[in-house]
Amino acid sequence: MSSITISAIRPRTSILDKSLSKGKGEVSLSCFALLFSELVQYCQNRVYTVPELQNKLAEMGAEIGHRITDLLVMREKNGKREIKLLNVLLFVKSTMWKSLFGREADKLEHANDDERTYYIIEKESLVNKFVSVPKDKGSLNCASFVAGIVEAVLCDCGFPAKVTAHWHKGTTYMVKFDDAVVARDKQLEDR
Amino acid sequence: NSELFTLTYGALVAQLIKDYENVEDVNKQLERMGYNIGIRLIEDFLARTGSGRCYDFRDTAEKIQSGFKIFLGITPSITNWSPAGDEFSLCFETNPLTEFVELPDNCSNLKYCNILTGVLRGACEMVQMEIACWFVQDQLKNDNVTELRVKFVKRLEDAIPAGED
Repeated sequence: MSSITISAIRPRTSILDKSLSKGKGEVSLSCFALLFSELVQYCQNRVYTVPELQNKLAEMGAEIGHRITDLLVMREKNGKREIKLLNVLLFVKSTMWKSLFGREADKLEHANDDERTYYIIEKESLVNKFVSVPKDKGSLNCASFVAGIVEAVLCDCGFPAKVTAHWHKGTTYMVKFDDAVVARDKQLEDR
Repeated sequence: NSELFTLTYGALVAQLIKDYENVEDVNKQLERMGYNIGIRLIEDFLARTGSGRCYDFRDTAEKIQSGFKIFLGITPSITNWSPAGDEFSLCFETNPLTEFVELPDNCSNLKYCNILTGVLRGACEMVQMEIACWFVQDQLKNDNVTELRVKFVKRLEDAIPAGED
């Protein structure tokens, strides 16, 4: 007996019908490095200055950040989001870093002189590993890309912040939270 | 981790679509980027596998297959050989590039994985083979498998620079 066709159109299987991947797949480092290099070159061809290039890289990073937030919260945190400032930073430093780069970031520090500012420090950043900075572009830091990811993750979690990448003890990401974020966190602590 | 790779590629494609508007140009640009990657990736492949020249095109197919295993951790199956033995298909059940990807309807002409065709072309060119390749089926367009067709065009001669033989 032949099967009965009710509809001529095969139903579109939506991405939401599939189960969430475990995220254990691996690709070779060379693949990522070469893809990233193409991405940087592409960005470079469309901008004139180093800060513009870094902004562009950060924008591309943000695209990743927006997507990774929900994915990680669902997969690693049982759908629960962090509401405390310190916890969200630890989430970035541990969970996010581990799932993207295979290990945690090296250090998380709080600035002594400014309660809004935190630093995430990484001795050897994956994106800088294969980059040799040309002399005429001394301040260039491809870690802006990662800074973009971090910024998007923090903002999506409800902690608006500005994240920038710097050369300091390796690669340092400076996280500057909005005043409102710090004030809110204080309120939480007082209760 | 492959997700970083997937998402980075996704961000790149999204940016290209924003920048070009014309989907054909995006396909072209992806192919060109792939080509640049391919000509560098082949070095890595040869260094890792220590494999010599391809004996015939079937041998090439197997080496391409092992390349996918090494670099993307997937093993596409080799099928649909043409009678002349100059064309075959690589079928992908899964593809790390397309995880999390859903094509919006207005991108029906987008060849999302077109970077792969560039990679293959670039890599083969570096070992003096001109090939052509294109997608005939795509899971993102609701096909059951993603099928990449590879065709041998010709051997490139005189590609060795003087004084290096």
